[in-house]
Amino acid sequence: MAVVFQKTKGLTDVETHYCPGCTHGIIHRLVGEVMEELGILGKSIGVAPVGCSVLAYNYFNCDMSEAAHGRAPAVATGIKRILPDNVVFTYQGDGDLASIGTAEIVHAAHRSENITTIFVNNAIYGMTGGQMAPTTLIGQRTTTSPYGRDAATTGMPIKMSEMLAQVPGATFVERVAVNSPANVRKAKRAIKKAFEIQLEGKGFAIVEVLSTCPTNWGMNPVKALRWLEDNLMVYYPLGNFRDYQEVENA
Amino acid sequence: MSKVLMKGNEAIGAAAIAAGCKYFFGYPITPQSELPEYMSARLPKIGGVYLQAESEVAAINMVYGAAGTGKRVMTSSSSPGIALKQEGISYIAGAELPCVIVNMVRGGPGLGSIQPAQSDYNQATRGGGDGDYKLLVYAPGNIQEMVDLVQLAFDKADYYRNPVMILGDGMMGQMMEPVEFKEMPKMDLPAKDWATTGTQEKRKPNVINSLYLAAEELEQHNIHLQTKYQEMIDKEIMFEEYNMEGAELVIVAYGTTARISKAAVDLLQAQGIHVGLIRPITVWPFPYQAIKDLPESAKNILCVEMSMGQMIDDVRIGNEGQRPIHFVGRSGGMIPTPQLVIDKVKEILNGGK
Ligand SMILES: Cc1ncc(C[n+]2csc(CCOP(=O)(O)OP(=O)(O)O)c2C)c(N)n1
Ligand code: SF4
Ligand SMILES: [Mg+2]
Repeated sequence: MAVVFQKTKGLTDVETHYCPGCTHGIIHRLVGEVMEELGILGKSIGVAPVGCSVLAYNYFNCDMSEAAHGRAPAVATGIKRILPDNVVFTYQGDGDLASIGTAEIVHAAHRSENITTIFVNNAIYGMTGGQMAPTTLIGQRTTTSPYGRDAATTGMPIKMSEMLAQVPGATFVERVAVNSPANVRKAKRAIKKAFEIQLEGKGFAIVEVLSTCPTNWGMNPVKALRWLEDNLMVYYPLGNFRDYQEVENA
Repeated sequence: MSKVLMKGNEAIGAAAIAAGCKYFFGYPITPQSELPEYMSARLPKIGGVYLQAESEVAAINMVYGAAGTGKRVMTSSSSPGIALKQEGISYIAGAELPCVIVNMVRGGPGLGSIQPAQSDYNQATRGGGDGDYKLLVYAPGNIQEMVDLVQLAFDKADYYRNPVMILGDGMMGQMMEPVEFKEMPKMDLPAKDWATTGTQEKRKPNVINSLYLAAEELEQHNIHLQTKYQEMIDKEIMFEEYNMEGAELVIVAYGTTARISKAAVDLLQAQGIHVGLIRPITVWPFPYQAIKDLPESAKNILCVEMSMGQMIDDVRIGNEGQRPIHFVGRSGGMIPTPQLVIDKVKEILNGGK
């Protein structure tokens, strides 16, 4: 019988701890598949964040380093500067990357560190029980914005991809979502490109992936996907924000 | 090898390179900037990496990543910068990574001053990061010793898989002295089979990590760390004793204040007043036993520090209540003179008059 689907070698056999319907799992699979297809598992070193994906170091089938909250781009910098021929990536949530770790991500982009960042934006602090993130939408109820996020006191949700696209050192910035089979395929293409850019030594590449947190959004997985389409994808439009290679070739 | 005249900060850089360190991550701060400057000139020439991070927080986390690859790596800063590095230092200790951290202490608290001080003793020996961890902390007394200790520090860091700190001060960093770079005896060090260098698909993934979600496992990890710290206590304590036999008073001082105190000891001796000196070279682990075992003749202890009194707590622990402990010091970047020490000694010997 022809095999139509099988587990990627890019992930270990460890069962993940993610909640049912959480799209962290899909994103893991995409990263694992990309590493397998590019044949880089043996030379990849991943950096896990602090957040729901903290245990990513048990799931990716390559060497891993567990960073302090928000510091993954600095840890990745330290690794990549010493091992430039290896592939180094960070996997970070929105609290990790867009709040406590803003300095580290901006400066990794600014130096155009030759690393790949997978940025999982679920508009909430998943791991700590659903507190407000800088990416939380206006009106969105969280455990620390119980009346809905209010722009007057907490500002507008931060758009990291748009912001990082303004950093001269950023080579590739794209926002994708994993809400539908078609978008999952697009997400995989973007992730693959972000790794290929590193393999070509072209500098900093980041893919922001809009992701669900059914548990802390208080929705079932199907409703969460719909909420992502109707809300997150409206405020955070999908698309490429910077592709230096194309700029170069234009 | 012949001697060369070098500034303390630059001598540290040269010693680190001689010890096989080719990777440095830092952030400018007075009074240690000559060290990153030196590294930025030398390291690119020898296939190494100098990187000026966006902050001390980033610098120490770069060290975390870099040390995880198994290479020798160093960072340096001064007091407020070391304060920012505490998060990363705790993670490095927790993940059992070797590295060398230099602190050229300046006056605090807060932004403080840029002049020499010793008010980071607690920050160095008690740590400012979370959890039960310890650094091996060397407090050199002159630039030659600093050079020798930097080389030793890299070996000890590798041996214990633990961060090692060189605790200097602004004076030590900025002054010039002749130094010799000696061939150090090769230490037998374990292979770094834990490093994240890529599996080559030939082994199981290595993971650098300080997270243990199960309380039982974290406790076991802490017990393991404690075993290492006990080994350091058993094997690594270093101190110098000077003019101790028959001393009627003993001064305890480290680093710059030990130099000043030694001058005071000599001047007092010339006046027929017999004072001894204990100079801790490791401030963690601290030479408690040496304080406990002072000669019978010594009736008083005097701590001399460039702070409001921090090491004095360790002297109290070692003393176990045997003798009165006195203190004299300057702080904020002020440097005590030998005369200040002499006057204090005479005051104590005259019964406080
Ligand atoms: C220094 C520090 N501050 C706070 C925390 C607590 N903390 C753990 S995860 C987290 C937020 C994670 O949210 P995000 O990055 O969005 O990841 P998600 O769980 O949503 O995937 C916080 C605040 C911590 N571990 N360390
Ligand atoms: S809390 Fe949210 S982000 Fe975390 S695993 Fe559960 S669904 Fe996913
Ligand atoms: Mg999140």
